[in-house]
Amino acid sequence: MSSLGGPLATPGGPPVVRRKPARISWRATAIAVLSTVVVFGGLVWVVVHAPNWPQVQEDFFNGPIFWQSLPGLIRAFWTNIRLFLIAELLVLPLGLLVAVMRGLPGPVFFPLRALSTAYVDIFRALPGILVIYVLGFGVPGLGIPGVPVDPFFWAVVALTLIYSAYVSEVYRSGIESVHPSQDAAARSLGLTRFQSLRHVVLPQAVRRVVAPLLNDFIGLQKDTVLVSIIGVVEIFRTAQIKQQATFNFTPYLGVALVFIVVTIPLARFTDWLVARDKRRSGGAARRTR
Amino acid sequence: MTTEALRIEGLHKSFGDLEVLRGIDLTVAQHEVVCLIGASGSGKSTLLRCINLLEPIDAGRVVVSGEEITADGVKVDRIRRRIGIVFQSFNLFPHMTVLENVTLAPIRVLKIARKTAEAEAIELLTRFGLADKRDQLPDRLSGGQQQRVAIVRALAMKPDILLLDEVTSALDPELVAEVLNVIRELAHSGMTMVIATHEMGFARDIADRVCFLDEGTIIEQGPPAVILSDPVEARTRQFLQRIIEAGRL
Repeated sequence: MSSLGGPLATPGGPPVVRRKPARISWRATAIAVLSTVVVFGGLVWVVVHAPNWPQVQEDFFNGPIFWQSLPGLIRAFWTNIRLFLIAELLVLPLGLLVAVMRGLPGPVFFPLRALSTAYVDIFRALPGILVIYVLGFGVPGLGIPGVPVDPFFWAVVALTLIYSAYVSEVYRSGIESVHPSQDAAARSLGLTRFQSLRHVVLPQAVRRVVAPLLNDFIGLQKDTVLVSIIGVVEIFRTAQIKQQATFNFTPYLGVALVFIVVTIPLARFTDWLVARDKRRSGGAARRTR
Repeated sequence: MTTEALRIEGLHKSFGDLEVLRGIDLTVAQHEVVCLIGASGSGKSTLLRCINLLEPIDAGRVVVSGEEITADGVKVDRIRRRIGIVFQSFNLFPHMTVLENVTLAPIRVLKIARKTAEAEAIELLTRFGLADKRDQLPDRLSGGQQQRVAIVRALAMKPDILLLDEVTSALDPELVAEVLNVIRELAHSGMTMVIATHEMGFARDIADRVCFLDEGTIIEQGPPAVILSDPVEARTRQFLQRIIEAGRL
């Protein structure tokens, strides 16, 4: 119903006022499509006309190998899913516990504060791959009876420890974003420090950090490939085995695609949550000050 | 005079180098309404926050219904439930409905059964014309309604004393009256109150006694007719003169 005569078409008859923005958005869409085609088409052209493209295509974009390896990769991805789901379920309470411990006031709680601060500092400083190495090889290597030797177990422990440190900081920023007057109001009614935290501060804090929290979970999901180094046969390790058998890198492309397919919906969901929070925060700003 | 509800002796409070309260002595009888007046920064709010121990004090004593609440080893949570406070900025819990705001402390602190607590809350909300708002979130309400809910929330704990900290200062002018009317009704029902306020006309109406604070001390106190019309101290006169010039008295 809007003008289809192209971006530069002039209005024919006496136009309805509504039509003007419609025509502008049609034009904007046309420009967006055109520039996208030019930019990405150009990039593809440069790549496929590179001197060694045929060789690269054979090594990385090999159709038969891709289709042949994909089912195995997806099966192996189930291990990654179990890794990140279990770790996420553990990270949520552990991160919260650490955040709350760091916020405890008064000299009595100094040891807990010091402990949680040291934990967060150390596990955020260490490259994740080192934590995975040390826990995955080191601890079972001690040979203490009763200590699990299953690499999957230590992979979950390592990922949980690494990400709880990050997530505790996310929680902490949420807790600190709740205005102190909320705690004062709760305490003035006779609620204990813990009751105020539990019923007044945390419900507001957690709502505010859902988006950054999911962001950390996207990171956690990708980092599940790191545990391949301690012998957990997950998607990346499976691709590696395939690559070594075929001398072809295409299986890694399969890994990349699987992660993209899983992560993008979560990223969009996070964006949606952020946008929703923004809409709500108009009201929140009014009521907190 | 009747029974003493609150006694403050030699109360001192500093924030860093700034001494906000420099020796406050004040006694409030049961059913008495005391208004604190004075310029911003004179220590009115800090005094109220010290009375219910939201601010730790540096020196002095606060005695509520015969019990020294500033003594060592006193459980502050047990004291606070007997002293209600209403803040300038309402401080309702934004994630809870009106009814949940009001019943949270009775249920969690007084351990009253939810049904009973809700029935009592609805009774209070009805009394102050808020019954139809009980399932609303605070940000759906006007400022005046929010402040009335905050008063109901404090009353739900059946406090011995109610402290009101400039409860109309954050309100649009047309919403002030509905909140003042609530406080007036409370005064008539015999609630012991200490009210920090800039509403001189209201103080004259409602107060049994007015205390003028200046630089952290009460420099003059007495019946509102005397303090607000014929004060002795030069600083009180000066303050009231400025209020009159601003058209607030």
